[in-house]
Amino acid sequence: MIWPLYDSGVAAGLLAGFLFGFVLENAGFGSPRKLTGQFRLEDWSVFKVMFTAVIVAALLLWLSKQIGFMGGGSYYVPTPFYVAMAVGGLLIGAGFAIGGYCPGTSVAGLAGGRFDALVFMVGMLLGTALFAAWFGPLEELYLATSGPQGQTLMDLSGLPEWLIIVALAAVAWGGFRLGSTLERKLGGPYQASDLFRESNNHN
Amino acid sequence: MSPRPFWSPFWAGIALGLALFLTFVLTGHGLGASGFFTRLTAEAGQWLAPELTAANRYLGDYVRGEPLQAWITWEVLGAFVGALVGALSGRRFRPQVERGPTSGVGSRLGLALVGGVLTGFGARLARGCTSGLGLSGGAALAVGGFVFLICFFAAGFLFSFIVRRYWQ
Repeated sequence: MIWPLYDSGVAAGLLAGFLFGFVLENAGFGSPRKLTGQFRLEDWSVFKVMFTAVIVAALLLWLSKQIGFMGGGSYYVPTPFYVAMAVGGLLIGAGFAIGGYCPGTSVAGLAGGRFDALVFMVGMLLGTALFAAWFGPLEELYLATSGPQGQTLMDLSGLPEWLIIVALAAVAWGGFRLGSTLERKLGGPYQASDLFRESNNHN
Repeated sequence: MSPRPFWSPFWAGIALGLALFLTFVLTGHGLGASGFFTRLTAEAGQWLAPELTAANRYLGDYVRGEPLQAWITWEVLGAFVGALVGALSGRRFRPQVERGPTSGVGSRLGLALVGGVLTGFGARLARGCTSGLGLSGGAALAVGGFVFLICFFAAGFLFSFIVRRYWQ
């Protein structure tokens, strides 16, 4: 079995990144107004795009194992550190609502000409430096409550992988319905024409 | 020139899922972003405070080699070029400080900085960000990815109430 290729070279990085950035920008994810609209419930694109992508990739990974294209355990599954990942998730959610980006979308934002994305990146470097400076006292929290290595939802629940994917698809379907209803009620989602004026009048 | 419309979230999601799957097939892992900023911090530390950085237990490992010579650097560089091509071809490239209609430049940049600090710190604690842990971990059906995503959305909604006047 030769798949995955485990190619961590320059070309693989540039190709994967190019597609990533191209899709993010075309989804409107360079715009902090559109991104934070998710949390004002007026633009559900973040939920819709992320959930669809997770399900598509999870389905293809499952199929790859079914047909023997890739072996089980052949790709990276992060090990849970429950407390650190929960607290880190809370901090990134707060940072996203306040700053308008997450690390990946700040790259798309800067590529679209946004100076605020560059300032957000400077903030990330400072936050990383703070974490490193406080790593001593933080280490206990960082390593606490580790789950089994590479623990999946299948390991946790005992359910088969296809059923987990079906359940996620059901959640996504409900989220799409709810999101579209709220978007109509709250005047969203943001269109490109709302965000990019011919002459940018509040520049 | 008026901008071209965004892709619909459904088709953008399909495209992102295919790009993510291709990344798994090529590399054995998913997409990421925050790892690059960790490496950039190590690189900056090497210039600004070399002894402190080398002695640091978290960043020290990075500066024993060349911190920026890593797959994630090429990936983030590619993402920048991809997004630039998207913005130019979609006629959506605008040099600007993007902010809500009632928000000033100063307050917007201040909040961008604060948000960045929280995000940079949080990503190190969580060992990843929305892309590396949420998206890629989610696709691998990792428990950690979903713990992250649930907390990410919960805090996003909560803090959005506090700062919504800056965006609307």
